[in-house]
Amino acid sequence: MADPSPKPVPLLKDQLDIVIPTIRNLDFLEMWRPFFEQYHLIIVQDGDPNKTIRVPEGFDHELYNRNDINRILGPKANCISFKDSACRCFGYMVSKKKYIYTIDDDCFVAKDPSGKDINALEQHIKNLLSPSTPYFFNTLYDPYREGADFVRGYPFSLREGAPTAVSHGLWLNIPDYDAPTQLVKPRERNTRYVDAVLTIPKGTLFPMCGMNLAFDRELIGPAMYFGLMGDGQPIGRYDDMWAGWCVKVICDHLGLGVKTGLPYIWHSKASNPFVNLKKEYKGIFWQEEIIPFFQSATLPKDCTSVQNCYIELSKQVKEKLGAVDPYFNKLADAMVTWIEAWDELNNSSEESSSKQEPNGAAK
Amino acid sequence: MSQAVIDDNEVDIVIGALRSDLTTFMNEWRPIFSRFHLIIIKDPDLKEELKIPEGFSADVYAKADIEQVVGSSIRFTGYSCRYFGFLISRKKFVVCIDDDCVPAKDNAGYLVDAVAQHVSNLQTPATPFFFNTLYDPFRKGADFVRGYPFSLREGVVCALSCGLWLNMADLDAPTQALKPSQRNLRYVDAVLTVPARALAPLSGINIAFNRQAIGPAIGPALRLSGEGKLRWETVEDIWCGMCVKVICDHLGLGVKSGLPYVWRTERGNAVESLKKEWEGVKLMEDVVPFFQSLKLPQSATTAEDCVVEMAKTVKEQLGKVDPMFSQAAEAMVEWVKLWKTVASA
Repeated sequence: MADPSPKPVPLLKDQLDIVIPTIRNLDFLEMWRPFFEQYHLIIVQDGDPNKTIRVPEGFDHELYNRNDINRILGPKANCISFKDSACRCFGYMVSKKKYIYTIDDDCFVAKDPSGKDINALEQHIKNLLSPSTPYFFNTLYDPYREGADFVRGYPFSLREGAPTAVSHGLWLNIPDYDAPTQLVKPRERNTRYVDAVLTIPKGTLFPMCGMNLAFDRELIGPAMYFGLMGDGQPIGRYDDMWAGWCVKVICDHLGLGVKTGLPYIWHSKASNPFVNLKKEYKGIFWQEEIIPFFQSATLPKDCTSVQNCYIELSKQVKEKLGAVDPYFNKLADAMVTWIEAWDELNNSSEESSSKQEPNGAAK
Repeated sequence: MSQAVIDDNEVDIVIGALRSDLTTFMNEWRPIFSRFHLIIIKDPDLKEELKIPEGFSADVYAKADIEQVVGSSIRFTGYSCRYFGFLISRKKFVVCIDDDCVPAKDNAGYLVDAVAQHVSNLQTPATPFFFNTLYDPFRKGADFVRGYPFSLREGVVCALSCGLWLNMADLDAPTQALKPSQRNLRYVDAVLTVPARALAPLSGINIAFNRQAIGPAIGPALRLSGEGKLRWETVEDIWCGMCVKVICDHLGLGVKSGLPYVWRTERGNAVESLKKEWEGVKLMEDVVPFFQSLKLPQSATTAEDCVVEMAKTVKEQLGKVDPMFSQAAEAMVEWVKLWKTVASA
C-alpha cells in the first residue's frame, strides 16, 4: 500500500495577516512577492510618523504609524513601544484574522539544500494546521510531517496531540545571537539547515525570536504582547523574549503547543553589537531573575481564557519581579493595559472599526 | 568550539549478537570500529557459533561466561545480552549498536562515524534547563541564542546519547504494518538535549552512555512475557530510557538525542510482530503516566540510590497493574547489586 501523495497546503489567504514592523523601508517585500502577494499585510510604521513609507505596488495592506496608534488606542497607546520593533504587536491587536505571520524587514527568502526557494509561509501554515506533541518528546521530531511518524514506545493515547498555537521559524546566515556572543564571534554564520520541526515540551521554556514567527491569533493572540521597549525604556531586544516566556507558560497551562524549527528565512543584517549591548545590558542580568520566575509560574485552574491567564501573570510579575526593578511594575501595568485594549478592539467589532481607519490606503 | 578528541582507551563498543553471522556487520563497521576495543555478547538463546571476522580487538562472551559471572539471577537473553557487556566494561564511555545496523551516509555522502559523534555528544555538556533553538550550542558553527540565560550556559554532564536511524526507523509494529513502504530518509543535522522533565522513548538501537555517571541505571528490567528477537517485540530499552531520564533529571545530568544516524536494515515482518508487540504498546499507556509523575527523594544522590528507590515505587504502583512490573522492579534491584559487585570490582 503506497503512501498517499501529500495534500496541497491551503493558502488561508483570507484567514492570515502578515504583520511587518518597519522604520526604514519595505524593499525586502519584492523578494517575497511570489509568496506574500495574495495576503493582506499590516504594516506598523515605527519612528517618525511624518515619514512616508512606500509599500510596493500590488500588496493589499493597511499601514499604521504612531499617530494612528495614538488615535486608535488613546491613553492606552502607552503600552505600545516606540522606536523598537516591539511596536509590531499593535498589528496583532488590530488584525481581524485567525492567523498572524510576522517577519522582520531584513529577512529574505532562503534556499533549502537542494537550491529551491523556501516558501516560509507555507511551512508555517503546515506547522499551525497540524497538532503539536508537548506531552511526550518524539525522537523523530514532528510525527505529522510526511515521511515521519511516532516512534516505538510513544503511547497511542498521546498521538492525537494538542492544537498548535505558535510556529517559531529559524534563520540562516546571521544567527540571532545576543550582543556578547556577537562581539566574540562576529563572523559566525548559521549555515546548518536542520530539516526538522519539533514541539517544545510542556514545562520547557525557550527564547522566542520574533523575526520569523507565526501564531494562531484566536488561540494565543492576547498573550503576544511584546512589552515595553525602546524609547524611554531601560531595555531593548527582549520584546520577543518576554512574549515567548508568557506565551509558553500560558500554552502549557491551556494545553496548546509551540513548534520550532522549519521554516528558515535568510537573515541579512547583523545589527551593531555595541548598540545591542547597550540595549540588552540590563536584560542580561534581569533574565537571571526572570527565567526562574517563569519556570516556577503557575496559573490557577479557573484561568481558562488567554486574557485571564495574562492578567494573572501580570499580577505575579508585579509581585515577584517588581522587587528586581521598578520597570517590572510599569511592565505589569502595561500588560493589563494591553489586554484592555485588546478586548476593546476585538470584542465590540462594530464600535472599533470606525476608529480603526489606518493611515495607509487599503486596496 | 573545537571538536572533541577521542581517547580510544576511554571507549568500549558493546555488541549484543542476536544473529550468529556478524561478518557483514563487522566488516561494514570496520573503518569505524577497528581502533576500539569491542565486547561482543552472544545471546544465550543462540545455538550457532558466532562468526566474527579477523582484525578486531574483541572479547567475546557466551552463555557460560555470563553464568560464571552473574549466576542466573537476571536473564540476559535476547536484546538484554548487551547489558552484560555494560557490566563488565571498564571504560568511561560505552557505545552500543544493534547488529542489524550499518554505518549511514550523511547528506554530503560521507560515512557517518557514529562512534565519534556519540563520544562528542557525551564529552560536551547537555543543556536540559532551557531550550536552545539552534539545538546543541556546543557544535561547531552554533551557539546559545539571544535570550538564553548566561547562568545556564555551562550546561551539565551528558550521561546518555541517543542516536537515530535511516531506512528502517524505530517505529512500533502497528505503525510499520500500516505503512510498510515507509522509510526514514530524512537526515536531520542536529543534536539536541531532551529538556528536563520531558520524557522520550529512548530507543536502544544506537546509543552511547557515560558508564561512570549512569551505568547502574542502564540495566535489563522490563521483559515482555512474549518478548522476541525483533525490536518490535520488546520494550526493555524504552523502559530503561524512562528510568534513565527520570534519574538524570533528578541528578542534574543530561540526555541528548539526534545525531549520529545509523542505517538500519530490514529484518522480520511487522504484521507478524504485531501479534506479540501489542503487549508492549498497551503497557506504555501505564508506563508513561507513571514515570511522568515519579519523584525521587532528595536523599537519593547516586544512580544506584535512584534505581533502588525507583524500583520500590515501580513495585508498589505498577506491580498491581501487571506482574511483569514487579519482576522489572526485582531485576532493577538485582542489577544494582551486580553493578556494585561486578562493575566496581
